[in-house]
Amino acid sequence: MKKVFPILCVVTAVLLSYALYQALEVAPTEATMGDVQRIFYYHVPSAWTAFLLFTINLVASVIYLFRRSVKADIVALVSAEVGVVFCTVVLVTGPIWARPVWGIWWTWDMRLTSTLIMWLIYVSYLMLRRFSSSGQTAMLAATLSVFGALCVPFVYFSIWFFRTQHPSPVIGGGGSLDPRMGRVLLINWLAFLFFAFVVCWSRYRLEVVKREVEEAQAMEDLALPRSAR
Amino acid sequence: MSLTRATLAKDLRLEWRSKDAINSMLFFALLVVVIFSFSFDPTAEESRHIAGGLVWVAFLFAAVVALNQTWARELRNQVLDAYRVSPAPANALFLAKAFGNFIFVIVLEALMTPLFIIFYNLRALGPAWQLPIVGALGTWALVVNGTFFAAMSLRTRSREIMLPLLLFPISIPAVLAMVEATSSILTGEYSAKFWIVLLAAYDVVFTTGCLFLFEIVLNAE
Amino acid sequence: MTYLYAAYAATWIIHILYLGSLARRYSRLRKEIQELKK
Repeated sequence: MKKVFPILCVVTAVLLSYALYQALEVAPTEATMGDVQRIFYYHVPSAWTAFLLFTINLVASVIYLFRRSVKADIVALVSAEVGVVFCTVVLVTGPIWARPVWGIWWTWDMRLTSTLIMWLIYVSYLMLRRFSSSGQTAMLAATLSVFGALCVPFVYFSIWFFRTQHPSPVIGGGGSLDPRMGRVLLINWLAFLFFAFVVCWSRYRLEVVKREVEEAQAMEDLALPRSAR
Repeated sequence: MSLTRATLAKDLRLEWRSKDAINSMLFFALLVVVIFSFSFDPTAEESRHIAGGLVWVAFLFAAVVALNQTWARELRNQVLDAYRVSPAPANALFLAKAFGNFIFVIVLEALMTPLFIIFYNLRALGPAWQLPIVGALGTWALVVNGTFFAAMSLRTRSREIMLPLLLFPISIPAVLAMVEATSSILTGEYSAKFWIVLLAAYDVVFTTGCLFLFEIVLNAE
Repeated sequence: MTYLYAAYAATWIIHILYLGSLARRYSRLRKEIQELKK
């Protein structure tokens, strides 16, 4: 297992550079938006990765609620944290794309707004994990994750209806995607998935070691008074 | 069910004697109203458009004041631990607390609504009979999740800060629905039906979720 | 074009910041392990 990680890192680096080359050079320039459209190859894969990670978070939380497995809890924590990072990327690249295309940084468009609310929900999840006293964190976080998932359809419907009342700038796309663009998009997504996996893996190991250290410290604290006696 | 009734009666009686929650909520909401009216200084026409937001933001913040006190009383003297070891169903306790908070917040809203009408010169142009429905559904949405998250934040450091941090993100769709429903009734520009249905669905889903998960949260150790 | 580069740069800055925080946490843990071993 020890050898797999460096190999994976190298593969990820190669994939990411290949994907970058594809996105900048190979992909055709979009007719109306021009080169700015290439943000798409970072923006969309990040969004997909973030949502995948949030889904993993929900699944791991449900598994935790049923099985009480520590591993599931760590997976939930890791996927939420890395998911928030990718979601941040989406929220930052989105306005940078919107500015030259629509002329505004932000619009309370359906997808933007629901992504922002997802981000808020998962940040509050991470806050809960940070603030709760250890021992109950896992259980509370798992229930919050389930609540967050329950919230998703409501976020979607409410904002969908909100938007249909208030007109907003037309979102680019809607038509079919150029197959060459689709290919580049998928390559980029694959690269980012590998990247996310590597990050999650190292975060997972960090958490495992951290918990071991905490346990060892607790044992030490228990042992100290006895040796002092 | 009898446990629900007993706990609810106890909470209401305690509140009736002390009036802690309702007084602090009322004063808090009053402050919000006054500060908002300074910072916007709206005409009657404008205020109709923004009042939905103002009203619900004031109620939301005031509700947090009450929600934070929900479990504090039980924490003293280890009442909560007694609940935990007793065979009484956890959901009965949860429902009692949620109903109690619901009554507090509804009383607050009933007292505050005239003030809003006076300060912002409000008059509903749409069907006003829908307003109580929106009020009840919206309040339940806030209170059911709030009671749940208050129980959750009991187990965290600085729990008074934690409650709004947990409650607000999850409540965004509900708040959006309340605000939009209220403004659409006040302005009479479009129908509030969709928002009322959405609120009702939100209430059903989250009440079920709370009832399923409350036992876990109560016993989390 | 500058917007494109800005977006790509921002993406990597966010990722690198996160990886940096991971590295920092790792080194803190390593220090704690050293102390425990004493």
